[in-house]
Amino acid sequence: MYLRSDQQPPRGSRLALRVAVCGGVAVALFGVLFFRLWNLQVLDGDEYLAEAKNNRTREFKVIAPRGDILDRDGEVLVDNRTSLALQLNTQKLPEKPAEERAELARLAGLAHMTIRQVRRTIKESEEVAAGAPVTLRQDVGFDLIAYIEENQDEFPGVTVQRVFVRHYPHETLAAHVLGNVGEITEEELKEGRYKGLEPGDEIGQAGVEDAYDGFLRGEPGRTRIQVNALGQPTPGGQLVSTPPTPGDNLKLTIDADAQSAGEGGLAVRGLPGAFISMNIENGQILALGSNPTYDPTVFTEPMTQQQVNELYRDPVLAPLVNRATEGAYPTGSIFKIVTALAALENGKITPDEVIADGGQIEIGDQTFQNAGGVAHGSVELRRALEVSSDVYFYLLGLEMWETDELQEEAHTLGIGRPANLDLPEEGESLLPDKEWRNQLYKEGLTERPWSAGDNVQLATGQGDLQTNPLQMAVAYAALGNGGKIVAPHVGMEVEDAAGRVLKEFDPKIQREVHIDPGYRTAILEGLHAAAQGGEGTATGVFGGFPIDIAGKTGTAERPGHADQSWFAALSPYPDPRIVTIATVEEGGFGAESAAPVVLDILEALYEKHASAVSSAGGTE
Amino acid sequence: MYATRTRQARPEPFAVHVGIGERLGLAHMDWPLTIAALGLIAFSVLTLGQATQSDVPGDPNYFLERQAIYAILGIVGMVVLTRIDYSRFRELRVGIYTFLCASISLVFVFGFAARGSRRSFELPFFSFQPSELGKLLLVLALAGFVIDGARRGSPIQRTVRYLILGLAPAALVFLQPDLGTSLVFGVATLAVMYFGGVPWAHFAVIGGALVALIALVLVIAPAVGTPILKGYQEERLTSFTNPDEHADGAGYQQNQSVVAIGAGQLAGRGDKATQTRLDFVPERHTDFIFAVIGERYGFMGAAFVLSLYALLFWRALRIVTLSKNSYGTLVAGGIAVSLLFQTFVNVGMNLGIMPITGIPLPLMSYGGSSVLATFLAVGVLQSINVQAHLSQKGRFAW
Repeated sequence: MYLRSDQQPPRGSRLALRVAVCGGVAVALFGVLFFRLWNLQVLDGDEYLAEAKNNRTREFKVIAPRGDILDRDGEVLVDNRTSLALQLNTQKLPEKPAEERAELARLAGLAHMTIRQVRRTIKESEEVAAGAPVTLRQDVGFDLIAYIEENQDEFPGVTVQRVFVRHYPHETLAAHVLGNVGEITEEELKEGRYKGLEPGDEIGQAGVEDAYDGFLRGEPGRTRIQVNALGQPTPGGQLVSTPPTPGDNLKLTIDADAQSAGEGGLAVRGLPGAFISMNIENGQILALGSNPTYDPTVFTEPMTQQQVNELYRDPVLAPLVNRATEGAYPTGSIFKIVTALAALENGKITPDEVIADGGQIEIGDQTFQNAGGVAHGSVELRRALEVSSDVYFYLLGLEMWETDELQEEAHTLGIGRPANLDLPEEGESLLPDKEWRNQLYKEGLTERPWSAGDNVQLATGQGDLQTNPLQMAVAYAALGNGGKIVAPHVGMEVEDAAGRVLKEFDPKIQREVHIDPGYRTAILEGLHAAAQGGEGTATGVFGGFPIDIAGKTGTAERPGHADQSWFAALSPYPDPRIVTIATVEEGGFGAESAAPVVLDILEALYEKHASAVSSAGGTE
Repeated sequence: MYATRTRQARPEPFAVHVGIGERLGLAHMDWPLTIAALGLIAFSVLTLGQATQSDVPGDPNYFLERQAIYAILGIVGMVVLTRIDYSRFRELRVGIYTFLCASISLVFVFGFAARGSRRSFELPFFSFQPSELGKLLLVLALAGFVIDGARRGSPIQRTVRYLILGLAPAALVFLQPDLGTSLVFGVATLAVMYFGGVPWAHFAVIGGALVALIALVLVIAPAVGTPILKGYQEERLTSFTNPDEHADGAGYQQNQSVVAIGAGQLAGRGDKATQTRLDFVPERHTDFIFAVIGERYGFMGAAFVLSLYALLFWRALRIVTLSKNSYGTLVAGGIAVSLLFQTFVNVGMNLGIMPITGIPLPLMSYGGSSVLATFLAVGVLQSINVQAHLSQKGRFAW
């Protein structure tokens, strides 16, 4: 021991060593602290600062109202109503199962639901868009907001959010055109057009809501507020506030009155069907409807099982299908203008050439006859159209069966190919030709190759032809306007809230088809006679209509169904501006059910524009 | 000066002119040590004044005023101790030791429970925590026992005796329960033994025993179902090694503290220091005050504070070597090492490299007992310095 005397403190090297060791340890410890401090604050400071800033703020999204959708005259078809929605951010639920259960039970009480319903709602919502706030109940009262705000610590993750809900003042009107909105799905989130959106955001899911989503959607606003560690807002802590930018309004080419007349006309028949009315010069669609229809309001609130079944699980009525654009039907005699144009343009016949209609013809081992077996005697083009002589067109079909002249004409006119409508819903179609059937035959999918009978069927719009009112409207428009294939569309212009036009949609003519003016006149004369002539097939319907029109009935034989009724009209005659086509599944003869629907639409259009008939449907 | 002296009527060797500094006993104070201590407490008052304005509703200066009063009391206590010859404490060692153990024990009977732990007495003006003062008392008493027993028994017997004397109060404090303070007691005991010349080999054995003890407490005891530490204590001790895993529990405080300090960057965030102002960092006026300094004043402020601690410790270690007697050496060594230990553990805890042990930062954390006890300890250091100078011995050039 060096402590020989406590009055003589050790000055020896042993104390010096111990002090030096102690000092060395101290230097090391302070070195560690300084190094760590330097590391945290100077080297990684940015990171921690960002984390601290993120820590102290909570960002609230302020939802932007979607733009309104108007008809061509400014009539509101879709707007918004505000609703208070009880929402739950599931990521903020307590982790412990017992606590989570307790909170869900409290929530269920508030939302007047059972805890099972709450859990199911959460689960369903997570399947669509994981991570998005789950809306438990809409249209809650202000008293509930007050209650939740006062007891926020009992309800972590629960908010009452003001949301905008789509409102349809005309209920079912133009439902298939308008479409609906819904929460963005996980797949959609990955699409480029939805860049920047987050789970829970609403986007258009069908119709113009989808097609013009970019204009209608708007930009959500952001409010950042400062919160303390408990997540409570601190006084005066509103940091940044970006107001939401409402979506722009979309004006459609749709005429609400004509639309309403068409839907009413179809509804009266009580049968599935569709109609379209379009400006033949610029492709603006004035009316486009399908029956049965639905009220898009069902998409704004939780659906009942019955609603789900009706909307999604009925393959026969299929109310969500837009039959005007997604239907696939043979058209019957309204196809005859295509056959006539093909024969005339290819020199198979002249307008005045007379053919003997004995009521039926034999081709190979098949007999083709007129409807009801009626013999029309000597007919030329006009008369053949007026009385709808099938034999006349059978013979034209027969003459062109070995060539693709009929198919080429039909294809150019837009049959069997997409019309490039501005709605996402455009269905498959089929224009039967030699190549198609022979390929099927080669694959053993049909019992015979292409034959004369196939072309004879097509010449009258029967057989394998599968098309829809939209394609036929484009073809009739080309006849009416002298050969221009228009781009059909329902979007007319985008306006801001003050009504200033931001963008107009005026898609170009897609292509032109050669139509000799003489042939056009001859065909229109035939169609006029068919609609309003002495022996016209639709004179019974249009005889008393004050406006001259050119029209054609169609009665399509659809396997497994009763005959489908069609009517196509160009009006006014002789300088048409509007094509209107209707079809009624199992509606019988063209004049029986489809023609009256067209009449309803035309009455609505011309009643409105009685003083300026010639500009009806125009946009000038 | 010469002229003044000639005016003296009877120049006497034992009646020299005594200046005001001399009269207050401040002439031979170690001024760098004083400056470090005063600088730290000033920084503490400044920080509390700026960072705790909204902590007590209606009283923005609650912590500021109280800390300032504790500081003044502490400074007075330091000055008084500076004038007292510390060697008297050696004679009082048994009394000091008895008082130490009694006051800690009485807390169990009359103590004021805060957060499940009885550590302090409720006095009219503040709650007094005897274990804080105990850190100093233990050093004063134990150093006396070491000097006294230097020639009794074999080295091993002595080492065991010192350990028992030091660890008994540490165990009492541990039972309060106050793990952090009991660790300080343990470190102070080892420090006194270290400067008292206990052989290196003994420390090696003690070190081995400590490792075994830690293994027993943290691994073996919980495994056999008789945990020694309370659940939160163990979690605090171990969570710093993987804070992300405990991000919601014990690791949360430390994560927030690290984020706060990091966010301070070089120059600090001043009043924008949201981490510490908005309650993200808990106990910000006591255990986590260093995080407040780091966030508000940045690296410059935090490094300045660390420098003051380095200065404090350097001067304390210097006094170890200057002491006129062995008792002073041991006392200074015990005080110096326990201050170093507390500083390192607390700052390390704030920086996320040491476990959460609830040890306050000397002269910085809010709290009367701690401030007072630390100033008294500094006063003892000053006394050793003063006595060394008065004895005209022990001048040692560093």
